Amino acid sequence: MKISLAPISYCWSKVDVEQFYQQVANSNIDTVYLGETVCSRRRELKFADYLALAHMLKDHGKKVVLSTMALVEAQSELNELKRAINNGDFSIEANDMAGVYYAHQASVPFVCGPTINNYNRASLDLLHQKGMYRFVMPCELSQSWLQAVIDSDTKPQYEIEVLGHGYLPLAHSARCFTAKHYQLPKDKCQTICQRHSKGLLAQTQESQPLLRLNGIQTQSAAQVDLISQIPQMIQMGIDYWRISPNKLADVALGNTLATLLNHVQLSDNATLQDELRQYELVKTNAHNCNGYWFGLPGMKFTAPPALA
Amino acid sequence: MELLCPAGNLASLKAALNAGADAVYLGLKDDTNARSFAGLNFSAPQLAQATQLAHSQGRKVFLTLNTFPKPGHEQRWYQAVDLAAQLNMDALIVADLSLLSYAHQHHPHLPLHLSVQASATNLGALSFYKEAFNIERAVLPRVLSIKQVRDLAKVSPVELEVFAFGSLCIMAEGRCHLSSYVTGQSPNTGGSCSPANHVRWQDSGSDKLTRLNDVLIDKADASQQLGYPVVCKGRYVAQYDHDAKYLLESPTSLNTLSLLPELAKAGIASLKIEGRQRSPAYVSQVTQVWRSAIDTYLSSPASFAEQPKWSQALAKVSEGQITTLGAYERQWQ
Repeated sequence: MKISLAPISYCWSKVDVEQFYQQVANSNIDTVYLGETVCSRRRELKFADYLALAHMLKDHGKKVVLSTMALVEAQSELNELKRAINNGDFSIEANDMAGVYYAHQASVPFVCGPTINNYNRASLDLLHQKGMYRFVMPCELSQSWLQAVIDSDTKPQYEIEVLGHGYLPLAHSARCFTAKHYQLPKDKCQTICQRHSKGLLAQTQESQPLLRLNGIQTQSAAQVDLISQIPQMIQMGIDYWRISPNKLADVALGNTLATLLNHVQLSDNATLQDELRQYELVKTNAHNCNGYWFGLPGMKFTAPPALA
Repeated sequence: MELLCPAGNLASLKAALNAGADAVYLGLKDDTNARSFAGLNFSAPQLAQATQLAHSQGRKVFLTLNTFPKPGHEQRWYQAVDLAAQLNMDALIVADLSLLSYAHQHHPHLPLHLSVQASATNLGALSFYKEAFNIERAVLPRVLSIKQVRDLAKVSPVELEVFAFGSLCIMAEGRCHLSSYVTGQSPNTGGSCSPANHVRWQDSGSDKLTRLNDVLIDKADASQQLGYPVVCKGRYVAQYDHDAKYLLESPTSLNTLSLLPELAKAGIASLKIEGRQRSPAYVSQVTQVWRSAIDTYLSSPASFAEQPKWSQALAKVSEGQITTLGAYERQWQ
């Protein structure tokens, strides 16, 4: 299993984004997804900027995938999507069926991101025929769902990626919730979402953290944390453990995990579990969540058994 | 322009037909559709009866199969497809790729409507489903502005159906995990949004509370009305703020009566009324109003005006008694 880095889902300044990927370049994270996936009004970085970053990362030995938008409505967004697909060098992450359609037409191999509705083996196999070489498990699905997909007649002919760390992308809307909060019309939003580098936290009236408003996207208030499940995930044959970043420290986390995975590949799972604990990576933090993995409500957190 | 109405049981089906529905959509009594509520939907014999009844009056009937087959349980969904074909139903409303593929291969003459749960919002996505499965129609998610609907209708390779009235889903449908984040159940995985067995209405002093799997969704004093607790229509407190607000959406429902001429001019094939979970009285009331509105428009398109009595009748059956144009109106976005 290798470590991958999801595209930044927030609106960060160009300087911050470039600094972030400089750190990534110097880490031993294996695969990097790059691009704006949430809102086409965010123009801090243009396509050419992302492409330049992609080449810089490639030169540092990273495998790079260009990520595309989850909610595609306007013709201008379709044009941007086609431009990403026809970049000439990198494969793409399709987050809408339009991405699948145009990538297939252009014979560009693609990853299906978490917002493509892949809920069974036959659907996955069908997309594989269209050019899908990897899929990211939709975030509401569980370990037992994934095991059932793997256990079908034959081994899947494509790679499997699971979001292991970060805020969950729960929903996308036409409405921009950040602009609404600041009483700005969407067409004059001033990309106000830039104020919230990890989204705007929303709590219930009992002060329970519930959601994060990230423009038109709604995320979970809690971070998913599947570090304790890494040994199990290796055994299942999962290929990529995805980090959805919200701060620079997530690169360090990716780096540590990648280092661990590299040198314990040959050793047994118990050793890995020990190492994860030694590095204090196994958390009992109830502000995290892992419910979906266990087939529970996504916001629930089940502490690792030995520490419970 | 077709008027397509919901039926959660035979009584609602009859109500819809009597009130002038051109077509009715309904689901089976299991998790093959996203309104899987106790006491709702049709057994196989009831489905046969419903189809016969609709056909005897020259109306159409569509089977809703809008959930995603679970690994190891696909047969249940395939059998539902076969049943619809056997009963000569007029279309299947489907979201899942494998199910579209199955229906297209085994029953090429059974028309396929792409469910809103497939979340196809653009020409690329529609073209994909048309070319892969020869879908005849697509239901558009409630995320497009009226201008975007118009633009898409001009180039769409399939006929389009839009939501005209009913509960307002504000997220791209089929890709919303808010319900499962809180309850573990979602429309996609064969349950429903905010399943009733997770809902609690509470009194606390002079306040009324609504909870979803113990999470506080809204709180109001006696003078205010509380809506059915769904995550996107709760009142929450934003960071750096003190007051609880409807940060996503307030309890309102969709009403597009005023857009009827524009939808007709755009060439929209079908207007969908939401509410398989609602009563026969709701179905009857809403169908009557929309039948009357469509007929009035068609008889004299140039002089069409929304009649106050229509809106009054619809407001009575609307959630929170407030209606909106939702995403059709750019300002809402």
